[in-house]
Amino acid sequence: MRWRTISLAAVLAVAGTTACGRGNSRNVLQNKGSDTLVNVAQAWAEAYKTVNPNVAIAVTGGGSGTGISALINGTVDIANASRKMKPKEMEHAKANGHEPKEFVVGYDALAVYVHKDNPITSISLAQLAEIYGEDGTTVAWSQLGVQLPEDADEIVRISRQNNSGTYAYFKATVLGREREYKLGSLDQAGSKDVVALVSHTPGAIGYSGLAYATPDVKLVPVVAGDGPAVMPSVGTAIDRTYPIARPLFMYTLGEPTGDEKAYLDWILSPAGQKIILDKGYAPVTELD
Amino acid sequence: MSADIVSLHDPGAGDVDRRDAAWYWDKLVQVLVFAGGISGIVCVLGIFVFISKEGFGFITNTMNFTEFFSSPEWRPTSDARPTYGILALAAGTASVTGLAMLVAVPFSLGAAIYIGEFATGKVREVLKVLVELLAAIPSVVWGFIGHSIISRLIVTMFDVPVGLSVLNAGLILGLMAAPIMTTIAEDALKAVPDGFREAAEAMGATRWQVIWRVVLPAAKNGLLSAVLLGIGRGFGETMAVLMASGHAINMPDSIFDPVRALTATIAAELGETAHGSDHYSALFTLGILLFAVTFVINLTADIVVRGRGKR
Repeated sequence: MRWRTISLAAVLAVAGTTACGRGNSRNVLQNKGSDTLVNVAQAWAEAYKTVNPNVAIAVTGGGSGTGISALINGTVDIANASRKMKPKEMEHAKANGHEPKEFVVGYDALAVYVHKDNPITSISLAQLAEIYGEDGTTVAWSQLGVQLPEDADEIVRISRQNNSGTYAYFKATVLGREREYKLGSLDQAGSKDVVALVSHTPGAIGYSGLAYATPDVKLVPVVAGDGPAVMPSVGTAIDRTYPIARPLFMYTLGEPTGDEKAYLDWILSPAGQKIILDKGYAPVTELD
Repeated sequence: MSADIVSLHDPGAGDVDRRDAAWYWDKLVQVLVFAGGISGIVCVLGIFVFISKEGFGFITNTMNFTEFFSSPEWRPTSDARPTYGILALAAGTASVTGLAMLVAVPFSLGAAIYIGEFATGKVREVLKVLVELLAAIPSVVWGFIGHSIISRLIVTMFDVPVGLSVLNAGLILGLMAAPIMTTIAEDALKAVPDGFREAAEAMGATRWQVIWRVVLPAAKNGLLSAVLLGIGRGFGETMAVLMASGHAINMPDSIFDPVRALTATIAAELGETAHGSDHYSALFTLGILLFAVTFVINLTADIVVRGRGKR
């Protein structure tokens, strides 16, 4: 009995020291948020292992709203967002004692997707607003002069759930501050789900990050005002000719220090920006 | 020998209360079993208190009862003016559950009658195991089937623009609820005394007459509670409905319209709201509503079964 107690104590002591040793040498940064950014964030975390093996980055998606509320609640170190923090959220975070700091880490062209058999050649922001906006009158493809088989003529609106940054950005840019979405759209939980649903729904229209494009869907060039129809691409997002390109953000609680600061500096360095370009987004700084 | 046993267990004997290991063991097990027994009550009360506390701020401050119950406009994240109307969500839940019952009731009653009254030997055993296996399929798998397989079938069969709809979710939910309803309905049929059947057969009734005129009426309370529990199951189901219904805020005009359920709304939005915000408490208010409705359904089922016991 005595021996057993002693050996048990010894085992616990050894386990205790190894656990502490680990804790000192390896730090984990929690990184959560935007579904648009999740692929890039994972690629960054993966590549950062070789830059600094002592820091592990745990990446989760869930949506910009999720990341920002997790940051406000103090459960993550860095939040990813495909929209700016709302004033209300800023107040919330300040009430908890920290002022969030914003970093623009890249740009994303928000592409308009239709089924690959849809013959449409371009769509204007005004037409999009009449399709998606409250009291909008466009409900059929024939109203836009687009000829589709009779059973696909009804426009199937595919949107995102109401806490998504993509949802908020599309609303602000296409519908304007005051106008609401028309209810009854099919609200998908992720960027990928929008593209997947469009790919097998002949009458569908949807919006999602350009990086989620697949060969099964068609990208529609977008017209702003009297301008030309611009195809979404990394190039048109960088030179700002594509009308619905948006900045992508990372937020920290207060001025970042230590590992957090090193990680963000690396993301904004050419090495980090090369990764975001490879994933189909536009970098913040010009790369050769 | 027998006298010894009597004296050991006779409470009047002086040495019965000996506090040996067996006595302590007995007490310990009593306490554990008691704790297990009341844990159910504690949990239900705890959950009720928790969701009420979280939803309470919304109910007393922000909630407008007329808007909440009569407006189809659910826009909790609007910057200009958030509205919290649940009519469309409630219509979504009701239409999907209603259709699910239209699918599940004939299926499960038929299956229960066949398993309970006709099938014998191996067939019966195999069927019972299969039905229980069906009940064990996780709801996300059902949702996946609805989202990826049935939705495309619906599009090709009915020439409709999109396959995620009341029909899709109702079918999936019906298939999900049927096994549980079958098991409960079969128990109800089994509870009818064999004497009833024998008496009817002795009067010259055919097999169908025995079932239709004697067994079903005698088991009707049990069958009704099977249906009510199926409704409760459909009402509370989340994942499968989220994936198969289209998740669109919409008052359905036909079974081909996409809809959104109350449960699915909580699942999709709760993870994304800041604690303590209006949106957060509004979702908890939906939770209170769901809790209240399922409570009433289960209570009704219970009262119906007890009603049978009294007579």
